[in-house]
Amino acid sequence: MSSFAIHNLDGPDVYITNGIISAQGAADASEIDGRGCMAMPGIIDSRVFAIDAAAFARGGITSVCLMPDQSPVLDTAQAIAHATRLGGETVSVHPLNAATKALQGNEIAELGLGQLAGAVAVSTGRTGIASTLVMQRLLSYATRFNLTVISHAEDVSLIAGAVATEGEFATRLGLRAAPAYAEAIAVQRDIMLCEMTGAKLHVAQATTRRGLDIIRAAKARGVCVTCGITPAHFMLNELATARWHTGCRVSPPLRHEDDRLAVIEAIVDGTIDMIASGHDPCPIDAKRLPFAESAPGMATAECLLPLALTLVHAGHISLERLQELLCLAPAKLLGFVNGTHAIGTVADLVLVDINAPVKIPAEMQSGFGTLPLSGKVMMTIKNGHVIFKR
Amino acid sequence: MSAVLLDSQSFTPYHAVLMTNASTSALRPRNSGPEGASLFPNQHLLMIAGMKPWEITFLLDEAEQWVNFNRQTRKQTDVLKGLTQINLFFEDSTRTRMSFEIAGQRLGADVSSMAVAQSSVKKGETLIDTAQNLAAMRPDIIVVRHQESGAIQLIADVVSAYTRCAVINAGDGRHEHPTQALLDALTIRRHKGSFEGLTIAICGDILHSRVARSNFQLLMALGARVRAVAPPTLMPTDIERLGVEPYTHMDDGLKDADVVIMLRLQQERMHGAYVPSTREYYYFYGLTDARLKHAKPDVLVMHPGPMNRGVEIASSVADAVNVSAITEQVEMGVAVRMACLDVLTRQARGIEGWA
Repeated sequence: MSSFAIHNLDGPDVYITNGIISAQGAADASEIDGRGCMAMPGIIDSRVFAIDAAAFARGGITSVCLMPDQSPVLDTAQAIAHATRLGGETVSVHPLNAATKALQGNEIAELGLGQLAGAVAVSTGRTGIASTLVMQRLLSYATRFNLTVISHAEDVSLIAGAVATEGEFATRLGLRAAPAYAEAIAVQRDIMLCEMTGAKLHVAQATTRRGLDIIRAAKARGVCVTCGITPAHFMLNELATARWHTGCRVSPPLRHEDDRLAVIEAIVDGTIDMIASGHDPCPIDAKRLPFAESAPGMATAECLLPLALTLVHAGHISLERLQELLCLAPAKLLGFVNGTHAIGTVADLVLVDINAPVKIPAEMQSGFGTLPLSGKVMMTIKNGHVIFKR
Repeated sequence: MSAVLLDSQSFTPYHAVLMTNASTSALRPRNSGPEGASLFPNQHLLMIAGMKPWEITFLLDEAEQWVNFNRQTRKQTDVLKGLTQINLFFEDSTRTRMSFEIAGQRLGADVSSMAVAQSSVKKGETLIDTAQNLAAMRPDIIVVRHQESGAIQLIADVVSAYTRCAVINAGDGRHEHPTQALLDALTIRRHKGSFEGLTIAICGDILHSRVARSNFQLLMALGARVRAVAPPTLMPTDIERLGVEPYTHMDDGLKDADVVIMLRLQQERMHGAYVPSTREYYYFYGLTDARLKHAKPDVLVMHPGPMNRGVEIASSVADAVNVSAITEQVEMGVAVRMACLDVLTRQARGIEGWA
């Protein structure tokens, strides 16, 4: 373990001694010049579909929750234990247990054994659970292990075959579309089941005004529900898929502009608790297809921080709130000790120059194009080791 | 924060392709010429959306000459002599494909047709590879039908990177079917003279209909009032935002209509219960003689075909000589497609757009 003393930061100096954040520098600490940078805790990304260690390091992400939609599905202790080792030294991988066997939505998977093998929460995967009965049993059973259930909030039958959100835009393009209500209906059902069973529910992504209103109201009456979002839904609206631009095909589909604005309001007022990347790199061949046949998903990990910083630069939220959204809230949800850079914690740390311009890497341009961003990750430290330095 | 709405040109793999697509000034005749030089400055015919009224009118005017030409006994010219036309149909079609084949042949083009059953797509080839391979054979026109909305745009993007070949959309998913709208308009114009002041009711399965979407755009661009008549389950969301007036009751929708365009109930596209039965559908939405009395006395009845007799239209209406223009539409189809083939290849043939 090495020791560092980081000086000249925007804020107090940071000392790392034997991999732990300390009050004072060790005698043998190497000096790091942090001029122009801000120190923040390593990002905890609560939703990734692939382990892309280099992109995580460049993006300042030091812990990730791996979605169960893998091959094989993370529905056995064996698969989960294997997944925990995928990140090597540079990123902690926290697998999410598949809620049901093979993610089929029929039988509850082995949640207890999965937890022993390293799963930190339970996820319904890319789709919701169609059967209300299965969802109720899942939530109920999860309370035994104090596991949070992360649900994909779209009513399964309403969205069957849909690739867009119902409205003028989808009507003009002739795309099969599902109503935005599909989200609100699923959110409402899951929240009621959550109240009924006393389970902890995390709505992976709430992307519509109605869905967010339901979550806001549930929180107000004390229901144990939290909510996440990924950059596409606060950065883009459905018009980004004009001319059948498959790079912006995501799940849930992009929404109306009013819904995008509602997402930003919900980030500001705390209805949305955390921002995740939803990192889901698609092979280019899966995108060079007619819109409805193309795969949903974007590679977003590397630019998660600059994308989220647009909310700060636009004056919607403070830097402190951003750290809450990216680090503290996911840590709290999943019961991690990191998520802060308080003295005594393991040094997962990122140095960021929040005003430095960032160019979106070519391989990520399918979704966000050449959008000018700012907020460059200058250094990523994982467990006291510098794993990325620009 | 402002909406971050991104241009599709930023999608790297298509970047180069997209830069060469579009109807840019580079595609206009070199000689800017007198007024009218860019009456139809488009490389492809992909959709009615975005077409200017004068571009539509220009194609209709061009089609008129071919109507008379086609009524002669000997009906072949060498306008497209030496040019190659490929008809690429990923979705079954009889009349549209035949119509394009005849149109190309009458203009003297070498016409080849490829149906999906014979194609390498069945062997796993991607749409883009198919398009690239066909483009490499240096056709001058590719006519494409595909079951997915937007697929023709994708093909046009790929093809444009290779050649100056024109791509004609012969129907993509639920999106558009521009030549059908043009032939419908030609039929209407020959009966009614103009579109100003006309009330046109488009009735039936609007949700699944690319014909309806193209017709909405075209008929409104030319000044008609357009109604969409459908059961609520077959009415697309926010249809009124397109400028059409939605009706869920057939009698109201037909009231004082000058033209009624019936749509086929696309049972093969219906995965789920949109209407309880064809019997009930016919009772409430079938075009019968009694129901047609709500329209104007000189109403014109149309149908893009193939018809489901006794489902959306009564045989007595479909076959009524002075009312139904259904077979005339098929005749106009060949003329309109000849006009499109002619106009879209003028650039390649070195003929000015107004010639």
